[in-house]
Amino acid sequence: MTRPPSPLSMRPRPIWVLFGLVTFAVLVAPLPGAAGAATREIALDATQFEFAPGRVHVNRGDRVVITLTASDVVHGFYLDGYGLERRVEPGITEQIAFTADKPGKFRFRCAVSCGPLHPFMIGELIVERNTPYWRAVGVVLVAAAGMLVHLWQSGKTRSSQEVINGTG
Amino acid sequence: MLNEGRFDLLARAPLLKRMLQARAFQPALMLATLAVFTLAILTGLAGTPAGSRNFGIIFVWIVWWALLIVVLVPFFGRFWCTVCPVPAPGEWLQRRAIVQRGPARPWTRGLRWSRRLKNMWLQNLGFLGVAVFSTIILTRPNVSALVLLGFLLAGVVLSALYKNRVFCRYVCPVGGFIGLYSLLSPVELRVADPDVCADHKTKDCITGNEAGYGCPWMVFPGNLTRNVYCGLCFECLKTCPKNNIVLNLRPFGSDLMVAKERRLDEAYKAFIMLGCALLYSVVLLGPWGWLKGWANMESLPHWGLYALGFVAFNLALLPGFFWLAVWGARRMTPARQPMRRLFVDYAYTLIPLGLAAWIAFSVGFVLVNGSYALSVLSDPFGWGWNLFGTADAAWTPLGATLIPFLQVGILTAGLLLALNTAYKIARQHHAHHRPAFLAALPVSGFALITTLGFLRLYLG
Repeated sequence: MTRPPSPLSMRPRPIWVLFGLVTFAVLVAPLPGAAGAATREIALDATQFEFAPGRVHVNRGDRVVITLTASDVVHGFYLDGYGLERRVEPGITEQIAFTADKPGKFRFRCAVSCGPLHPFMIGELIVERNTPYWRAVGVVLVAAAGMLVHLWQSGKTRSSQEVINGTG
Repeated sequence: MLNEGRFDLLARAPLLKRMLQARAFQPALMLATLAVFTLAILTGLAGTPAGSRNFGIIFVWIVWWALLIVVLVPFFGRFWCTVCPVPAPGEWLQRRAIVQRGPARPWTRGLRWSRRLKNMWLQNLGFLGVAVFSTIILTRPNVSALVLLGFLLAGVVLSALYKNRVFCRYVCPVGGFIGLYSLLSPVELRVADPDVCADHKTKDCITGNEAGYGCPWMVFPGNLTRNVYCGLCFECLKTCPKNNIVLNLRPFGSDLMVAKERRLDEAYKAFIMLGCALLYSVVLLGPWGWLKGWANMESLPHWGLYALGFVAFNLALLPGFFWLAVWGARRMTPARQPMRRLFVDYAYTLIPLGLAAWIAFSVGFVLVNGSYALSVLSDPFGWGWNLFGTADAAWTPLGATLIPFLQVGILTAGLLLALNTAYKIARQHHAHHRPAFLAALPVSGFALITTLGFLRLYLG
């Protein structure tokens, strides 16, 4: 009598090893960097319930100097990922300086309750190259391809009933 | 085969069975949630107009919402309906009892609910109706309170006019999507042996007996093959004299493969939910202030345009693109099935994708704004109270760095389940592997593009 092999003792199929390697490569492979670092001066105005400009692009390594103003009521500025926080009153200019050393998209939000839509008063700082985004796209594409390969391989030998019930 | 590959929780946990059979179980939980619900209405009406300082806004749209969409619906299906306070006053009036079994004759006009409305369309329209006003409802405590009060009154009025829980089954906009997404949940209430029910003459689960009421959700457990319309009230567990009710643990998404009960109204619920998750991500979490202004009714013509676009996207544009994908699926193989059948069936692919999208959207604002719960707990009306010493707790965004990674993981899991579902649905239409695989590709492509769209919004 032969025992069925334990899942732990089975060798992984080469195709899954390949997918594992591709996923690993997507996650860690160095991607082309952005242009050289520079100082970026950005005038950012806060008004109910938006920041202008709403999207700010800088390059990784840039020295970013934000000149923050509020044109109606007291607002705040909180930058996700960098943890920077500042309060700004109308008529008073605030300056925030930092080095954009982390790539990706970071939301900045109003940090002082300013009215009904305060929790949704959001802007975006994109630090190029936005490698987390491109890696996420890669992961999703590899995962989808892996699932399709799995469905193609596992479905070949199974009846419709076995596929639908997840057996066989 | 029914209950194959299932784990009967009630057989393994007799204490749980005794608890669920106790008449006080559901009313006790409903009383607790009704107390919180009442406080949410009172604070909404009488408290501060600043949403972030008002219990009604923070506890309903952040705490309750997170609990519902991230925990209860994915893992416990309709368990929220077990404890929901909205139908409680109407049901208790109808029964003239809260805990013990009331008089046999319910206090209701006993009108017949129209056959035309025995579906999800009212719930679809109700959800869309709330959704186009959601920027106002989510941020104005008094408007939010009036909406909650409206739900409560609708429950009472419908209970007075119709038997059972007509409001929950056919009207509640929240119940509609909970029902649809409970197809995915790993918990199900079923019967152990349908033949026992078929042979049982008195059908106590429908008529009720001294131990409990007939099913308030108007469901015959003996025919139950999906979670959508079972409200987990456990009345059948109390009334069944044959001990034939089971509460199973099962694999995620098991109900998605029940082909015979798929319907266009449910398919549209899937489109509306996915569409709303996408639009909310753009409007509420995006950087476009002018769009928030439109949604916020800063000018009526702009809001009209926004509402028109919102409804058109959900009812026509998204289903239209999906129709093209299904048309592609139909062209992939020589067998030509009716387009409507394929359109409805493949739409169930969007259920895991939609739930994942809602969870991803919700973690994007729940973690960031969750800390408001501490301050409103101590000062629910925003009147300067400090009941638990946390009124001055500062706003502390949680997991701001972690959120994008969570969103990628959640969306990827939803996509993989959607691709698996698309292929399985295709196998229901094609006996052979190759045509099924080819037919599933356009729908899989639709799911992939939608997922990439969400990634673009959250990370791009």
